[in-house]
Amino acid sequence: MATSYSNMTFQGYRRENGRVGVRNHVIILPVDDISNAACEAVANNIKGTLALPHAYGRLQFGEDLDLHFRTMIGTGANPNVAAVVVIGIEPGWTKKIVDGIAATGKPVSGFSIEQNGDLKTIMDASRVAKEYVHFASELQREECPISDLWISTKCGESDTTTGLGSCPTVGNMYDKLLPEGIYGCFGETSEITGAEHICKARAISDEVGDRWYAMWKAYQDDVIFAHQTDDLSDSQPTKGNIEGGLTTIEEKALGNLEKIGRTSKYIDILEPAEAPQSGKGLYFMDSSSAAAECVTLMAAGGYVVHTFPTGQGNVVGNPIVPVIKISANPRTVRTMSEHVDVDVSGILRRDMTIDEAGDALIEMIIRTSNGRATAAEALGHREFSMTKLYRSA
Amino acid sequence: MSTPHLLVHDHADNVGVVVVEGLAAGTKMLCVITHDNSSFELVSKSDVPIGHKIALKDIGSGDTAIKYGEDIGKFVADVEKGAHVHTHNLKTKRW
Repeated sequence: MATSYSNMTFQGYRRENGRVGVRNHVIILPVDDISNAACEAVANNIKGTLALPHAYGRLQFGEDLDLHFRTMIGTGANPNVAAVVVIGIEPGWTKKIVDGIAATGKPVSGFSIEQNGDLKTIMDASRVAKEYVHFASELQREECPISDLWISTKCGESDTTTGLGSCPTVGNMYDKLLPEGIYGCFGETSEITGAEHICKARAISDEVGDRWYAMWKAYQDDVIFAHQTDDLSDSQPTKGNIEGGLTTIEEKALGNLEKIGRTSKYIDILEPAEAPQSGKGLYFMDSSSAAAECVTLMAAGGYVVHTFPTGQGNVVGNPIVPVIKISANPRTVRTMSEHVDVDVSGILRRDMTIDEAGDALIEMIIRTSNGRATAAEALGHREFSMTKLYRSA
Repeated sequence: MSTPHLLVHDHADNVGVVVVEGLAAGTKMLCVITHDNSSFELVSKSDVPIGHKIALKDIGSGDTAIKYGEDIGKFVADVEKGAHVHTHNLKTKRW
């Protein structure tokens, strides 16, 4: 393994706006829940496309509606997506999402069902989707510097081995690749509880740290304390976490934060699904700690590869972003081997160092970016889970 | 180095993590502090699953549990050196 990370390259798809993707999806994106059926029918008609059904998009308002649009547009705009067909029940919100994705320069078309019906919509959209498959299938990968990668992280079904092994492995990767100019992202707002003093201190400046702390505190007050009916000890840590030996949220949080390594500092804070605006570096995204929601939000923020440490064996994937699973738990590696991309259980036996584990992860990131299917991709995990902030109107 | 039974993050910690499967009571455990790879021995008081914690010394109810050199909650029962530490004797201070 080379120790000079700056010379590393991967084979990616350079998009119209200069961003680089590691996958080449043609997606059929529903604006709302009632357009899922038409999208799934188009994806069934046209091979090589992927429908992204979801549960929301009607009667939302305010900040919650803004997040819906940001997630829809961000998903379509992600460089892992070559072209997009958008289908909604009516033309207004459909056009808003089409226009947002079109700003990237990639092919995108919208269709609405009212005054057409499902069948005509499916036929019209299928013809365009077919053209998009021809377009995407002729695109070629090209050599790109590692600095073109946007790599996010979130851990799941954590246990005590994630804090000892798989999370420090991701942290080591960030300590090595952030100086080379990649974009990084971590989040999981509720799961920093108990380590908030450490997270605040890892900001690039006092001003960013103060903004981070205000965001974290608002979450505690407005979400946890406003809605809790018990002490949350059955939810955070989860039952799986507890089975794996994690006892308290403080213990879980300290392990979680190992993902940002020893030297990395975050430069800005992102709203859920927000794309970074402050240049290369590490970002904190205000996000749920539920795996599918968090990965979906980070994908909508523009991240193209996700690194996912797991202890007890969270099996999550994403439809457009490869999710690389890293585990240090020898029992999980033994009993759930089909879900593990990078086995770092040697860290627990003390026959693998964190530095070696970080290099193994970087090698897997490059291979995955070049096209290797992750365990989650091979197993068909395509969890696309929108975050919803409150009840619809 | 032999394969350790228990890993401890920091010298300040009063709990460590079992990293082998099927640890039985009465095992003389090799314990390694990951911070500097220093080691010590400790006898387990009970069967403890992989990933679960063991007390490194006698601890009183009300004391603070330390892991990563940081506060991870309060003990709600007295715990003997070598005993299993989990939700039955350790609680969060947060929610």
